[in-house]
Amino acid sequence: MNATTQTSVPARRPKRTLLTPARIGIYAFLLSVSAFFLLPLYVMVVTSLKTAPEVRQAMLFAWPANPQFSNWAEAWSSACIALQCNGIQGGFWNSVRIVIPATALSVFLGALNGYALSFWRSKWGDILFGIMMLGAFVPFQVMIYPLVAWFRLGGFYNTYWSILIVHCIFGMPLMTLLFRNYYVAVPQELFKAARIDGGGFWRIFLQLMLPMATPMLIVATILQLTGIWNDYLFGLIFAGQDNYPMTVQLNNLVGSTFGERRYHIDMAATILTSIVPLAVYFFSGRWFVRGIAAGAVKG
Amino acid sequence: MPTPQPTQRISTMANVQIKDLDIVLGGVSILKSMNLDIQDGEFLVLLGPSGCGKSTLLHSIAGFNDVTDGSILIGEKDVTWADPKDRDIGMVFQSYALYPTMNVERNMSFGLRVAGVPKAEIEKRVNRAADMLHLKELLNRRPSQLSGGQRQRVAIGRALVRDAKVFLFDEPLSNLDAKLRAELRRELKQLHKDIRTTMIYVTHDQVEAMTLASRIAVMLGGKIQQIDTPATIYSRPANMFVAGFLGSPSMNFVEGSLHSEGGSIRFQSVALNVDLSGYPFQQAPANGQRCVLGVRPESIKLCGASASTQGKATVSLIEPMGPSQIVWLDAQGTSLSVQLEAQATPALDSTVGLQIDPAELSLFDGTTQNRL
Repeated sequence: MNATTQTSVPARRPKRTLLTPARIGIYAFLLSVSAFFLLPLYVMVVTSLKTAPEVRQAMLFAWPANPQFSNWAEAWSSACIALQCNGIQGGFWNSVRIVIPATALSVFLGALNGYALSFWRSKWGDILFGIMMLGAFVPFQVMIYPLVAWFRLGGFYNTYWSILIVHCIFGMPLMTLLFRNYYVAVPQELFKAARIDGGGFWRIFLQLMLPMATPMLIVATILQLTGIWNDYLFGLIFAGQDNYPMTVQLNNLVGSTFGERRYHIDMAATILTSIVPLAVYFFSGRWFVRGIAAGAVKG
Repeated sequence: MPTPQPTQRISTMANVQIKDLDIVLGGVSILKSMNLDIQDGEFLVLLGPSGCGKSTLLHSIAGFNDVTDGSILIGEKDVTWADPKDRDIGMVFQSYALYPTMNVERNMSFGLRVAGVPKAEIEKRVNRAADMLHLKELLNRRPSQLSGGQRQRVAIGRALVRDAKVFLFDEPLSNLDAKLRAELRRELKQLHKDIRTTMIYVTHDQVEAMTLASRIAVMLGGKIQQIDTPATIYSRPANMFVAGFLGSPSMNFVEGSLHSEGGSIRFQSVALNVDLSGYPFQQAPANGQRCVLGVRPESIKLCGASASTQGKATVSLIEPMGPSQIVWLDAQGTSLSVQLEAQATPALDSTVGLQIDPAELSLFDGTTQNRL
């Protein structure tokens, strides 16, 4: 032991005060912002659970006396769109049929583009990339008519394939940008090592670069999944009546009712339509924010 | 694609020939009519400061740069336009460049799997390389679970299993800390002693160059300044750049002039006056020629101030290094460093005499800076 044993009191860790004025201010701000964004959702949910007379009372925020989950079932399977009374379930499955292949294809093509642009430096690569980025900033409404004309010329306008192709085309700039920025940060030496090991274009992509980009694959999938699911305009214009996605069916349901407006059913259908993106946001928020940041900051 | 013939390729060696090579990258000429002959089984080190073109030369041999003019031959085969995979090379990078999603075993076997080598043969070769590099216990680890030294050993292993004719190293030890660097340097030397494959090694570290090389090529500005054994490069540098680049502390330079005096030639300057009988002149110098005398710190001996006929200096600073010490002298305004054994420490500010053996010094032309 030391000869000079001075019993010095160790400095206390400063007590953490939980509620400073600044903190109260922050929480007040956060609460009001959340309320602003959550109230519409709340109104949607409560309205969808009300009976028709309750809706007519026009008490927007009131909790339903007796929640009617049967409204949801009706919206799903028996509400009438024009003359067909099958609910919007058909639209749901159409959306699934469009979203899954379109997401997979556009993410894959974006990764492929990003990989090719970052590693196989071709003479025109940078120019092509510039043109593609330009495409991302031209309002897509401008391109709709030429596309319709081309598709009609090609004979597959208003088919399942035309909606797939449209989603791939319009997803391409963002997907390419995301993956290019991801791959640019990968050292060239890794690519060179794989070249020496005999890897060709596809093998290096499929066995090395694609597995390496798992975080970006997740982000890109989330972006495309929600983006394509929420699309209305392309679905309406290109999909054709048999393939109308859920968003289009929802609009038809809301717009085509005769007589009294059945707001509770409309709201139930809206909730069913938005449940997929809501679930995606809810379960993958962390990745989603990362993807937004990757696209916004680096690009 | 050539079919792999693993059993024949083991321990095949190859020389590398660079003929009139021009490399232009992005409009900038990096290498200009470079000629280089690398022997079978040689360990050639390309040494130089950053930007001297040494990495460009290595990457051109590997096939990553488009050749503007000239040709590259590996084992008498012209590979100027061959794909990197068809050049029978293995390469180790500074950043290790391991495949992050594969474990050690799959990292090492990737090239063999691509080439369609049978499974049993892959296993045999991976195990052999793992044995050589002490990687046996790490075969199932991911690169992220390895230390820097282990990663670089895996990268070396990945080059080894390919049974390449030529191994290329691009500053492989630069990312490691000093202790690991020395350790891996020794392992590399041992490896070369064991497998005797041609190796080309790029570095800016003179210690790596001196310890590993059979021959060193010192480069500056896209040109080879001197190519020779480490001993010759060190003791008989071809010009002042080479002389100054190798050695720590670096060679002392003293400006002066040469004078003939009754058959013998003397170097004269304010600080030093040295009789040069015994210096191997490449050609007879002109009387009164301006020149620079270069002398390594360990080639200067100290004696009593009155005993020296060559020059005197005062001791200005002493740096003890453990087994030796660096003594900094002030010789009439010229700073000189002298390496001495640790025991004989001169007193600070004392005046000492200088003794230099003319056979151990170098003389350079005052204007061309080339060796006289």
